[in-house]
Amino acid sequence: MQLYLPIAEVSVNAFLILGLGGIVGFLSGMFGVGGGFLITPLLFFIGVPPAVAVATGANQVVASSISGVLAQLKRKGVDFTMGTVLLVGGVIGSAIGVWVFALMTRLGQIDLFVQLSYVLFLGLIGALMFQESLRSLLKSRKAGGAPVRRAHVHSWVHGLPFKMKFRASGLYISVIPPALIGVAVGFLSAIMGVGGGFILVPAMIYLLGMPTKVVIGTSLFQIIFVTSFTTVMHAVNSQTVDMMLALLLILGGVIGAQIGTRVGVRLKAEQLRILLSLLVLTVSIRIAVDLLVTPDELYSVAPGVLP
Amino acid sequence: MIRWMLILLALALPAAGQEQIVAGMSQNRVSITADFDGSEILIYGAVKRDAPPPEGGPLEVIVTVEGPATPVAVRRKGRVAGIWVNNASVLVDSAPSFYAVATTGPLNHILSDTDNLRYGITIERVIRAIGISGEADKAGEFILALLRVRTNEGRYRILEGKVELTEDTLFRSDVVLPANLTEGEYKVRLFLLRDKRVIASQERVIGVRKEGLERFIFNLAQEQPLIYGLLSLVLAALAGWGASAAFRLIRV
Repeated sequence: MQLYLPIAEVSVNAFLILGLGGIVGFLSGMFGVGGGFLITPLLFFIGVPPAVAVATGANQVVASSISGVLAQLKRKGVDFTMGTVLLVGGVIGSAIGVWVFALMTRLGQIDLFVQLSYVLFLGLIGALMFQESLRSLLKSRKAGGAPVRRAHVHSWVHGLPFKMKFRASGLYISVIPPALIGVAVGFLSAIMGVGGGFILVPAMIYLLGMPTKVVIGTSLFQIIFVTSFTTVMHAVNSQTVDMMLALLLILGGVIGAQIGTRVGVRLKAEQLRILLSLLVLTVSIRIAVDLLVTPDELYSVAPGVLP
Repeated sequence: MIRWMLILLALALPAAGQEQIVAGMSQNRVSITADFDGSEILIYGAVKRDAPPPEGGPLEVIVTVEGPATPVAVRRKGRVAGIWVNNASVLVDSAPSFYAVATTGPLNHILSDTDNLRYGITIERVIRAIGISGEADKAGEFILALLRVRTNEGRYRILEGKVELTEDTLFRSDVVLPANLTEGEYKVRLFLLRDKRVIASQERVIGVRKEGLERFIFNLAQEQPLIYGLLSLVLAALAGWGASAAFRLIRV
């Protein structure tokens, strides 16, 4: 069934979009990530203009994060204090990101900028995650059990001023690192149309030393607000949120996520992390190839404005 | 005296329009609704004559359909530090979002360069790109690239021989409008030609508009962007909550 998208101004197959949403939802439910880093590049591939893909991707992440955070709330897996600090940073970062996005669009470098961000961040996080999970998988094989880890590691992060108590995480640390992490994630959310969970989760575990049980819930809590803010900013600044496209993606996504969660429960944490890191690396390499291989058509046409 | 009259007559002939176009279209508005998947428009007509057809070359017909024009930026990628980057661009003042030319025969056989220039019939004559030569070296290649890219997208079409002409009087042509249509006024022009010269022309307009839900969403996004953005969030929130609630019910 063909469906004409009012904002993207392209006609797409509705079932294809539902399917895409479903597959991404499945993966995001399985791995506990928003899935924005998959949705946005996939939308590029099927011909949705990049600006619309990024803005609509953010809107889709809002839905999947709300769905996820409701489940985490019941498990008391949300540190609201930490989430709020991250959020303040996130909103600032998102505003900067939306501004840079508009600037790059004017300069005609937005595609490159988005692609480079994807290659760089997905490649980096994917490689780190792969290395770490491979090591712990090997270790658990050898020892025959999960590795024992300290509650958190003391590092330079704990020497900064403006200390604050984060009761749910059992931390007493400076607000500067979480606020900065928030800014970085908010920025990426606006540029890449992602929630930023794939950066937030490792940052909270390895940089802030938060216990794993509150990490996913807190990250989702923060992501809801940052992607909401990003969606509204894009809608106001560039009118690039396509409601019709978002609804289809969400519909497919929430169904996929519920199935994915069930499958994810059956897999071991290390196996999940290895699979997720491979997925992240694949997306990153796929985009890198596009940048390196000589394109078929060197020219591109975009509606412009007279200076 | 007779010679003068002949000359006068010869001069008056094209201007008086001995042959005129009577034209019609299957529809003069196209509605883009949610299930819009392109549209086919039949453009038909007849040649009206006050006298028998004049001597000379055979009658030819050209039909053009032109979508709303916008300025466009044409960018070229180049290799910078090993990766492909947009590193040259040209701004074209005005290029139509859609352009189709349907003819009764090969364009270079039925249309002279001077009349093409005067009436702006082929796509190269419709694109306005004044002073681009200063913007980048080989600016002409950018225009060629614009034509190539939009032809590949199905936006620019040359349909030679796709106008059927019967008995030098009746003609018809089907023009397919693609699914990725832009809103606006589509200008339809019809030309009658003899001996590579335009002897009559006519213009019609097709209004292409988003309708129904498409119209509503588009207008809201343009006119009330804040409300639109918030509404998108509410929908997302409802869908996210609704789905987890629905699955909880199923599980029980």
